[in-house]
Amino acid sequence: MAAALRIQNLHAWYGESHVLHGVDLEVREGEVVTLLGRNGAGRTSTLRAVMGLTGTRKGSIQVFGQETIAMPTYRIAPLGIGYCPEERGIFASLSVEENLLLPPRLKGGGAGVGAAMGVDEIYAMFPNLAERRHSPGTRLSGGEQQMLAVGRILRTGARLLLLDEISEGLAPVIVQALGRMIRTLRAKGYTVLMVEQNFRFAAPLADRFYVMEHGRVVEAFAAADLKARMPLLNELLGV
Amino acid sequence: MKRLPTIGYGLLLAGLLAAPFLGAYPIFLMKLLCFALFASAFNLLLGYAGLLSFGHAAFFGGSAYVAGHAMKAWGLPPELGLLAGTAAGALLGWVFGVLAIRRQGIYFSMITLALAQLVYFVAVQIPATGGEDGLQGVPRGVLFGFIDLGRDLNMYYLTVAIAVGAFLLIARAIASPFGQVLKGVRENEPRATSLGYDADRVKLMAFVLSAALAGLAGSLKTLVLGFASLTDVHWLASGQVILMTMIGGVGTLSGPLMGSAVILLLEGKLGQFGQALANLSGWNGFAALGESVTTTMGVLFIFSVLVFRKGIMGLGMKRR
Amino acid sequence: MNLLDIPLPILLSQLLLGLVNGSFYAILSLGLAVIFGLLHVINFAHGALFMLGAVLTWIGLNHFGVPYWAMLLIAPLLVGAFGVVIERTLLRWIYRLDHLYGMLLTLGVTLVLEGVLRAIFGASGLPYSAPEALQGATQLGFMFLPNYRIWVVVASLTVCFATWYLIERTRLGAYLRAGTENPKLVEAFGINVPLMVMLTYAFGVGLAAFAGVLAAPVMQVSPLMGQNLIIVVFAVVVIGGMGSIMGAILTGLGLGVLEGLTKVVYPEASATVVFVVMAIVLLLRPAGLFGKEH
Repeated sequence: MAAALRIQNLHAWYGESHVLHGVDLEVREGEVVTLLGRNGAGRTSTLRAVMGLTGTRKGSIQVFGQETIAMPTYRIAPLGIGYCPEERGIFASLSVEENLLLPPRLKGGGAGVGAAMGVDEIYAMFPNLAERRHSPGTRLSGGEQQMLAVGRILRTGARLLLLDEISEGLAPVIVQALGRMIRTLRAKGYTVLMVEQNFRFAAPLADRFYVMEHGRVVEAFAAADLKARMPLLNELLGV
Repeated sequence: MKRLPTIGYGLLLAGLLAAPFLGAYPIFLMKLLCFALFASAFNLLLGYAGLLSFGHAAFFGGSAYVAGHAMKAWGLPPELGLLAGTAAGALLGWVFGVLAIRRQGIYFSMITLALAQLVYFVAVQIPATGGEDGLQGVPRGVLFGFIDLGRDLNMYYLTVAIAVGAFLLIARAIASPFGQVLKGVRENEPRATSLGYDADRVKLMAFVLSAALAGLAGSLKTLVLGFASLTDVHWLASGQVILMTMIGGVGTLSGPLMGSAVILLLEGKLGQFGQALANLSGWNGFAALGESVTTTMGVLFIFSVLVFRKGIMGLGMKRR
Repeated sequence: MNLLDIPLPILLSQLLLGLVNGSFYAILSLGLAVIFGLLHVINFAHGALFMLGAVLTWIGLNHFGVPYWAMLLIAPLLVGAFGVVIERTLLRWIYRLDHLYGMLLTLGVTLVLEGVLRAIFGASGLPYSAPEALQGATQLGFMFLPNYRIWVVVASLTVCFATWYLIERTRLGAYLRAGTENPKLVEAFGINVPLMVMLTYAFGVGLAAFAGVLAAPVMQVSPLMGQNLIIVVFAVVVIGGMGSIMGAILTGLGLGVLEGLTKVVYPEASATVVFVVMAIVLLLRPAGLFGKEH
């Protein structure tokens, strides 16, 4: 299976601050991969580096086979990536519907994965959003904003989804719904790289795991090995 | 204080004291000292308080008019005239400060510009300022009842004394606990506030001090040159002092001195330079541009923002 | 008929003049606000670019025989193109710096532009008459309404409303509003934000140039015509705040009208009334009438 995302020896800086020290990881098409690690390990920075949102980057980031390390930020998403930032990034001066429609449709395949979802499909998935479509984006509750953040990248037809802490601060019922959504997306052939603090949420969803510490990947294993690795994870993450 | 700057300042002082005997024109030097003082006062606010005032001409020019009027129309002796001008600067500075400090950053600058424009329009309309003609014929007077300032040499040394004194005052203020608090407010205002300092009050004090000293510079200039005019309150004068400070080096003590010297010399020689270029190239436009202090100032602004932010005296310094 | 001891025709005609000035304030503060929202630069050159629009209009007629109506389109395009040059060669280097540098840099541009044009044209006014179709006045029974002035108000309001609509109600405007809040995230969605920045600056200064064309027959066309105007516009944006498009428009118009009324009641204060209002607003409502603190 081809690699949707291949990161090799990635170094990244925020200004003078060197945050990633040679990250190596790979996400194959159709996989769900979870990045684990303590706060400050560099997980969010990795996602941001892929999107070109950090300062200087060095190394190699290949998205669907295309080298992106030297690309300006706005040329990266059209390769087929959708990014859901940790802070959700809902725009206050836009209505819910404007937020939903903001990220432009990406050129993709026909039906199935990569087909941009219609607005109605999104509203069908998230009825709460339909109700409030003309409210300012930030009037939504945390859970609704999270759904909006995911919904808008699904609308673009992105095949590779980068999800940063989407379960954070949400009610268990909503977290369960998100989990179901990710399983559905996986079944449809989407590729997902998620950063998750909530281990119980992430563990049943992922095919593979990476563990990060101090800006690099220190452990990698498949879902099948999860039980065996629990003691190690307890130590590394305090899970 | 480190050794080198002290030696530098010492040499400068010695040079200033000896200058009239070395053939320098006292009037030009006095004008230079006034603008150096103006720029130093401005730099206190920009470099040390981090506040960019776009309206400092209001203090310089406003006080120029007040001092001139006091000495000419009311017949006050020079020491009281200068005092009146300085006090007027302080008062106006307090009014501006109270209004402008209510907003942060770029709004602060726009407010000072607008308020200064108000002062300009008032100056245009009040008969006492002489309108377009300006306030002319301000007498030098007799200092303390016995020093005749009509003699250029006496006027010169008084100017040196005042300029040096004010400069030392600024240096002292910066090194004092007040200066430290000011620096703290500039670098991280929320933190300074959480430590218990009233940031607005500190900024206001710096503003008033800066305005008072700018007023002193303006009053001194009126005494030296004998007139005050609308040019002194025009926003271009505010722009000029910003440029002097930037070229010289913001936040350095000697920067404003260097910058004002460079700009004044440039302005003086610009006409000749333009004419030379015109003769060389055959395009009379150069002569006209040479007359255009505005264009040169504009180019220097662009240059110093894009390429030369540290300024002359800032070159040798590490990032603060 | 008299109101407050002032004959109604005089009051109304001053009101109209106030609306004319207010229209210029509105267009200019609108452009300034749009540019500041996305670029975080206070475009000091806004007054000079307004002036450039007027000067180009004069040049258009007197050197190339291009009539007023064509200049309404050509001048904004030319100045917009010039704006692209300014943004690409000068502004783009200072975005990561403190906002003050933007104001200083554009001040430099202002001085260069005014200085060069002054060297070419001198400082006195270049006369420009209104196009034939708009000359003269309409008789309304109790007063004359100068046609050209009506046109200025109508054209300005139309442009202001169109801009408001573009920004608040269209997809393109959504890009701009989002970019004002979080430009990096907008870029991460695949939108070419650097291009948007460039076009926004061009649009803002194009608006200023449009106002300049409108101004040519009513103000003295001279290299200095933008100088005092820009400072009043600064006061307008301090009063109105820069967070709201509608706020900028309404504040500009309102202050123009106030200025006009002041001219009738207390003429000596008319040049300064806007600044006095600014001082009052600062004392009572520091964030501005419509402002969101940036």
